[in-house]
Amino acid sequence: MSNNPNSMRTTVRQVRHLGSAKSGTHHAWNMRLTSFALVPLTIAFVWIVLSLVGKDYNTVRAALGSPMLAIIMLLFILTSIYHMMLGMQTIIEDYVHGEGTKTLSLALNIFFSFAVGLACVYAVLRLSFV
Amino acid sequence: MVEAKTRTVSPEARRPLSPHLQIYRPMLTMMMSIMHRITGIALYAGTLLLAAWLIAAATDARAFATVSDLLSSVLGRLILLGFTWSLFHHLMGGLRHFIQDTGRGMEHPEREYLAQATLFGGLALTIVVWALAYASR
Repeated sequence: MSNNPNSMRTTVRQVRHLGSAKSGTHHAWNMRLTSFALVPLTIAFVWIVLSLVGKDYNTVRAALGSPMLAIIMLLFILTSIYHMMLGMQTIIEDYVHGEGTKTLSLALNIFFSFAVGLACVYAVLRLSFV
Repeated sequence: MVEAKTRTVSPEARRPLSPHLQIYRPMLTMMMSIMHRITGIALYAGTLLLAAWLIAAATDARAFATVSDLLSSVLGRLILLGFTWSLFHHLMGGLRHFIQDTGRGMEHPEREYLAQATLFGGLALTIVVWALAYASR
């Protein structure tokens, strides 16, 4: 089908009728879901940071380690990290076209998100339990 | 000669294309779409600040003092100001997307109002939060 190099057929034409990838709406739905959750979570996060501006170390430590604030912080961290990982995936798919660099970028995006997310979660849990 | 050249070009490249970004006159709705992406990228990098702040708080008083000093320096404050604005601009852009996801606010005057609301809402929230931060210090 695509053997003729002068064919005007696009790659879409070549894969049509082969069936869907079965994951079309998953990304878009999770993006909307995390956006929706992040509206109140972002307001709560800004409120928490604002209440800690200029406070001394022990006050900040105690506040971030208190159950209510720690739970809100953890929800904000997990939701926003997942949201930004999905967003960056879209940006990479839009602008990085080389097969190798695209795969590498997508992998690095996942590594970065997991590393930063885990670091933040570990720090909040340590403030709560140590 | 000509045939040898076309051989290396993909089928898509030889088909007519619709005009892209550079062709259009800049419009507010277009700029807000681009800014949504740019602020998203800024927030992506900004998570490193949040991680640094939380890790410092979880480490000890000295680490916390170091990070606090860095963040309250002139450069630190500028970066935090940019982070705050990016957060609110992206939040307002997200709310605009929710409205437009329902099919509303896509026509002429409404979409301009929504783009303006994104821009000025983000700036206003940034100013309010920084005023509160300075007032409570």
